[in-house]
Amino acid sequence: MYGLSELGKYSLLLYQALRSSTEVSTYRENFFSELVKTGYDSLGIIMLTGVFTGAVLTVQTAYQLELAFIPVSTIGAIVSESILIELAAVISSLVLSGKVGARIATELGNMRVSEQIDALESMGFNSVSFLVVPRVLAGLCMFPVLYVVASVFGVGGGVAAGVLSGAVPAADFMKGARMYFFPWDVLFGFIKSFVFGFLITSISCYKGYFASGGAEGVGRSTTQATVLSCIFVLLADLFLAVILL
Amino acid sequence: MIEIQNLTKSFGDLLIWKDVSFRIEDGETVAIIGRSGCGKSVLIKHINALLTPDTGNVLIDGTNIHDQHYIQIRRLRQRFGILFQGSALFDSINTFENVAFPLRYFTKNSEQQIRKKVLEALELVGLEEASEKETSELSGGMRKRVGLARAIILKPQYLMYDEPTSGLDPETADEINQLIETMADTLNITSVVVTHDMHSVLEVADKVAFLDHQKLSWFGSVEDIGRSGHEDLLRFVSASEYQIPQQV
Repeated sequence: MYGLSELGKYSLLLYQALRSSTEVSTYRENFFSELVKTGYDSLGIIMLTGVFTGAVLTVQTAYQLELAFIPVSTIGAIVSESILIELAAVISSLVLSGKVGARIATELGNMRVSEQIDALESMGFNSVSFLVVPRVLAGLCMFPVLYVVASVFGVGGGVAAGVLSGAVPAADFMKGARMYFFPWDVLFGFIKSFVFGFLITSISCYKGYFASGGAEGVGRSTTQATVLSCIFVLLADLFLAVILL
Repeated sequence: MIEIQNLTKSFGDLLIWKDVSFRIEDGETVAIIGRSGCGKSVLIKHINALLTPDTGNVLIDGTNIHDQHYIQIRRLRQRFGILFQGSALFDSINTFENVAFPLRYFTKNSEQQIRKKVLEALELVGLEEASEKETSELSGGMRKRVGLARAIILKPQYLMYDEPTSGLDPETADEINQLIETMADTLNITSVVVTHDMHSVLEVADKVAFLDHQKLSWFGSVEDIGRSGHEDLLRFVSASEYQIPQQV
């Protein structure tokens, strides 16, 4: 029952956000600053995540194929496919649910408990348009971009680890990667990151916007936003894999 | 004029108050008093539709705000200014920008006009020199005054104060009371003050609404408190160690 009521409130907030999305002048400025906070400010952690994911995957794949009599270029094919189709989108989204999701929930939660959202409403502002719409839109725009960054750095990290560990030369790695490259895999990654971006930003906005109970309540909302975002990212990942692959 | 008609509000099973009715005439200052948790702040949040009542109406110059579409409610809200209990300043921007905020979004004023109006408002509350300060650098009293400057920047018809003097030292509280009087007199604003500070009430209010036992227990002029014969009200007033005005 509680879950249904939460789902209802979440849906209503999204409906309000959708209706408010026409009030561009209200959120234009916030949208650009959110693009920076969500995208540019996350570049470092996404590059790092990408590089290490690719590197670890290469070392582990090489270890598993050590005794198999198959060409070393297969390592490149396995690593790049895994990154493009799954890891770049999922791992970066899980990291971003902690970075971007927690930031959004904390910001809005603090604004709620310190009556800043009431102050906006009392001035005649549409607070959903001002606060929720730009954050969700920025997520929709920037998560696919961050997916590309994670993919590039993931493959780069894989090549570097292959060369440095002596498991696979760069040329062989890239040969394998090219051999099994399908444009659909990238499109699939884009779709996933778009959906994950929506889920993480909207869930975090919802949890922050309806936070209550002072500092403790904001902490609780932030934790719930992060945990729920991770759960829904994993559920959506499975759902999209089943229906799109 | 604000007319509150048979307002009832509950949160879940918890009844806050029922059948609250009173009228605030133009230019008047009405204080809403009562013990902590009696629903004073909840009541003013119904006046500009930040909260929705279970039943009842709030008429703003004859228009029931709770019957309006959201866009009309937002237009009606622009006729109000609110000073929130914790000031509700936006902590991501500085003092000047906090006060300029409504002007930037609701007017087509040039940067020069905005600057002039903001400095005028800050001067009115005695904080002109603090315009470039971050809100985190402001004291409690300064935050209240910046909140007040922001509330009056669009020259509202109605001004609502939620616990304007709570948490302030007596001297600063007195300054805020004087500001409330100045706003009412110089800007001819209709004011609603939520407080349990009787000193503040008797200093600024024309009329008093006393919330007690989940209802509007008494409504009348400040001068009538002493002769009201209302035991709970008199006990509430005398508990604040303030001398009840005697009938002239």
